[in-house]
Amino acid sequence: MAHLRMLILLALAFPAWGADQEAEITRFLGETFGKPPAAETLWLAGDLQPAVRGILEHDYPAARVRYWRAGTRSAWVLNEIGKEMPITVGIVIKDGVIERVKVLVYRESRGWEVKSPVFTAQFSGAKLNSGKKLDKQIDGISGATLSVRALNRLTRLALLLDRHANTGGKP
Amino acid sequence: MQHRPKHLPRLVLALAVTGILSAHAETGTEDRLSAMELRLNSLESENRALKDQVKQTEQKVEATGTQMERIASQDSSTNAATSFGGYGELHLNKLKNQKAGGTNKDELDLHRFVIFMGHEFSEQIRFFSELEVEHAVTKDTAAGSSGVVGVEQAYLDFTVSDALSVKAGMMVMPVGIISETHEPPTFYGVERNPVETNIIPTTWREGGLMLTTRLSDAITFDAMVTSGLATTAAKNYAVRDGRLSGASAKAKDAAYTARLKWASIPGVELAATAQQQTDITQSSDTTAGAATLYEAHAVVNKGAFGLRALYAAWNLDGSGPKSVGADKQNGWYVEPAWKFTEQWGVFARRSTWDNRAGGATDTRYRQTDIGVNFWPHHDVVVKLDYQNQRSPSGVDEYDGFNLGLGYQF
Repeated sequence: MAHLRMLILLALAFPAWGADQEAEITRFLGETFGKPPAAETLWLAGDLQPAVRGILEHDYPAARVRYWRAGTRSAWVLNEIGKEMPITVGIVIKDGVIERVKVLVYRESRGWEVKSPVFTAQFSGAKLNSGKKLDKQIDGISGATLSVRALNRLTRLALLLDRHANTGGKP
Repeated sequence: MQHRPKHLPRLVLALAVTGILSAHAETGTEDRLSAMELRLNSLESENRALKDQVKQTEQKVEATGTQMERIASQDSSTNAATSFGGYGELHLNKLKNQKAGGTNKDELDLHRFVIFMGHEFSEQIRFFSELEVEHAVTKDTAAGSSGVVGVEQAYLDFTVSDALSVKAGMMVMPVGIISETHEPPTFYGVERNPVETNIIPTTWREGGLMLTTRLSDAITFDAMVTSGLATTAAKNYAVRDGRLSGASAKAKDAAYTARLKWASIPGVELAATAQQQTDITQSSDTTAGAATLYEAHAVVNKGAFGLRALYAAWNLDGSGPKSVGADKQNGWYVEPAWKFTEQWGVFARRSTWDNRAGGATDTRYRQTDIGVNFWPHHDVVVKLDYQNQRSPSGVDEYDGFNLGLGYQF
């Protein structure tokens, strides 16, 4: 019982609950742009829909995606389920190349290591190859295979959407 | 008499007709111009109205999209907050028993069929569960059924901060490599490795409370208070036979577990666990008492190369375990692997374990496995392996092939 009391006291010693999603997105955009530009919207319609399905192996769970663009840099906030829960990820792209990946909200019970900057730094410099896959090898995390795979899919999706937004849908 | 030109009347008539016609023509052009002007004005108004309608439609679509997203994000009763998944594995064992007079194992078994269900109550509170059917069929009589229906996990996860979470409920123990991550496409070999099965013993779940702290981006520390094992002298104090799996489990003597995990390099994990069982028979055997488990492992996945290595050891107190050599139970394995394409990988594994290592006689098992995994999809796997076992004298010793089919979603 003494051990149980200690665990509860330790838990209460941490004042803040887990971060709120909108606050995390605002922080991410601030880190990316300083003063973020107005959000734009990309509808996942027409030819884009099958292309998105080709990457995710299912439809994206929204009809449109918000993104922010300044010059040739764009920032995307996307969700994908790892094992059981959606992971919210912020992705920055510059000139068609991944500049930064940040896990904004991680809801899975295990595999928190995917939030580590050491892990997400692997995505920097990656771009899409002709098969719409990343042109870089990403080393995984033991016990977080599905979360790693979800991040891989989201970065590919962000690169695809960025390309689509820049060309106005023309290939 | 005044002379009048002969053609004058005709000329006057022609001029008069021309004037009349001209006047009519001017009137017609003006009318047409007026009509065209009216038509243009009308088209202009229609165009304005259409533009307004398009704008309104865009606004309505935006508002609908916003509202749908708001509903989806706020309504925790929708499917968005509840998720399902699962995994399963079908095994074919063609194993020859090398023990004189022993029975071969020729068996087709739907070894595991598991359904996950999770629910997000809020950004901070989530529920995770796994419901498992082992060996396909279970009956309400003991005879003729080896099947088991069990709750493998059912716990609430409270995210206190980015650095701290608390879990409460039935959980798998944070020990070893495949205890927490055991979906068939994630590991090599049809059957789970014998060291984690017999020494750790995977899959091992207990009810209790777990605190996870992320000390840095790379280091995680878990502390856990749970129900304990309840092994018996009749089972030679084998730890695997002490699992109660939360089924009205005796909770007289608790267990305390601590794990430190390091994952600073992508693709590399090092971890160590220590556990103290205050009484491994739940005070039912006065000749036994406390027990301690130590475990350490390394996992490396760099490109195509993979390596798993694990060591685990138990020390059991008391004259009872010592009398049968069960005061020491330990094992290790090393498993290099090579995934030469996204779909094909090969592995080899050397394992050795002993649940009565404290005795004078040789009771150690040794096993070598080699095999191949084929992933037609990254969540579906077909496995084939060959095992060569060396058992202590007088007990079953299985050599042969295993074929498996597994999936996760």
